[in-house]
Amino acid sequence: MSLVFYVLAALTLAGGLAAVLLKNLVHCALALTLAFAGLALLYLELDAQFAGFAQILVYIGAVAILVVFAILLTRGSETPTAGGIFSHTWLAGLAIAAAVFAVLGWAVLQTAPLLPGAAPAPTVTVLQIGSALMGRYVLPLEIVALLLTAALIGAVIVAMHEKEGAK
Amino acid sequence: MIEKLDQVFILLTNWLVGFLPAAWQHAGVVLIGVVAIIAVYPTLFALAVLLERKGLGRMQNRYGPNRVGPFGILQPVADGIKSLTKEDIVPLSADAAVHFMAPLVLVVAVFMGFAVLPMGRNMVLVDMDASLLFFFAMGASTELSVFMAGWSSRNKYSLLGAMRAVAQMISYEVPLLLSSVVIVMMTGSLSLVKVVDAQNHYTGIFPHWYVFTPWGFAGFVIFVIAAMAETNRSPFDLPESESELVAGYFTEYSGFKFALFFLGEYVGMFGISGLGATLFLGGWSAPFSFLSWVPSWIWFFSKVMLWICFFIWVRGTLPRLRQDQLMNFAWKFVLPLTLVNMFVAAVWRFMGEGLLRWLVCSAILLLVYVVMGRVGMHREHIGPRRYRYAE
Repeated sequence: MSLVFYVLAALTLAGGLAAVLLKNLVHCALALTLAFAGLALLYLELDAQFAGFAQILVYIGAVAILVVFAILLTRGSETPTAGGIFSHTWLAGLAIAAAVFAVLGWAVLQTAPLLPGAAPAPTVTVLQIGSALMGRYVLPLEIVALLLTAALIGAVIVAMHEKEGAK
Repeated sequence: MIEKLDQVFILLTNWLVGFLPAAWQHAGVVLIGVVAIIAVYPTLFALAVLLERKGLGRMQNRYGPNRVGPFGILQPVADGIKSLTKEDIVPLSADAAVHFMAPLVLVVAVFMGFAVLPMGRNMVLVDMDASLLFFFAMGASTELSVFMAGWSSRNKYSLLGAMRAVAQMISYEVPLLLSSVVIVMMTGSLSLVKVVDAQNHYTGIFPHWYVFTPWGFAGFVIFVIAAMAETNRSPFDLPESESELVAGYFTEYSGFKFALFFLGEYVGMFGISGLGATLFLGGWSAPFSFLSWVPSWIWFFSKVMLWICFFIWVRGTLPRLRQDQLMNFAWKFVLPLTLVNMFVAAVWRFMGEGLLRWLVCSAILLLVYVVMGRVGMHREHIGPRRYRYAE
């Protein structure tokens, strides 16, 4: 474990904690983005280029924006007027986050013995990932593509319906 | 001699690094590269702003800046000093921390993209496998800074501008990415160095640039449109349309923070121009085989400046789009055309050499373009414009 790892881990944890504890929802979303960025950098530190850049492209470029839009289009954008920067329900938030973490950690620990012992980390290039996606895993890829297209069309239909009603 | 001139920056770096102990040499190379990028692009920014103000002035039948220095060429210096010495005003109700962070996030994200652009033969800071993906990942991060700026200002105009900007950038990011996918399909690599290498061949005196193929040309046009929208340039400058929103998401910024936004916008333009030049116009390779002796970095920066001149020209020529036109154009015209272009690229790949694939691919693209354009215009009731004077 190098110094870089500790710095990135601290950054990610700080982002995650802030996302749980802060009061202003937009601040939470931005803190969450920081956690996403930290995760992406951790992937890069592990030499997983594709996962790292995809994480940035998808989570920071799209998911964070989606979260922020959702907050602004609902009631969350109102600025809390009084009482510190921390949320009143920080204890509940922390408890839920800890519970989720516990479940995930438990699941990971359960599967750990099933894996073969410390194998040398394989170096996977982006080219190999691409070939695998287009060759061996082409069916899952196509299914995901179909699902996403269906979701896209569904979203358009939902939006269209509203417009017709207004007329 | 000529080869030395071509590699002059590499040799200079190696010479400088030679003074360091062996263990630090790698870090030294990286540091010099970073410093060079951070020094060169803001200088180009100053030049481009002057060029834009002068050029736009001429297009609008006025002089442009002409007071500071001969022909006003020292205007950028004056502007820089002005923005450094101006008072930094943060609105009372603004979210101070986010307000402060926004320009920094923008400038950092925008500069990161240059790490993977090959600016000349062997002149790339990080030559990685997934460099195209890296560039787009960094480009996607700028959206968040725009939102941060607009939201933290606590100003209706800022927020409206930010929402417009984010919606526009997300919409046009899709064609931007998909039009580059064509290049990846043809090169078989996400590495920008390999993309340039693949284009650096000549038939007779003419280069094998991707723009000189049917799918390459269509992709190029789509890329230029999407790049203009992505950098919020006119005619896609709705996020900061002065006549409606004061200055959009950076209305509440003053002094050096405003200058940082300005810098971010222009450096983003250089980045996307450099990427476009790399993907479609052969990067640092010469436009004719007999011009190969000219140093490669001269070609790269000439192409970038050519793009900038084109952007300025378009800004001086076209009026601003309306929000619904912008969105309709992106989703109903550019995106389908991009998908067709990807199909055409696949056809091109599997038809083998010969004249036939030129004809088939051009015909498909032309047909789709004309039909979609006609149908779209018919549906929007856009026809030849009739003017009536003093009836």
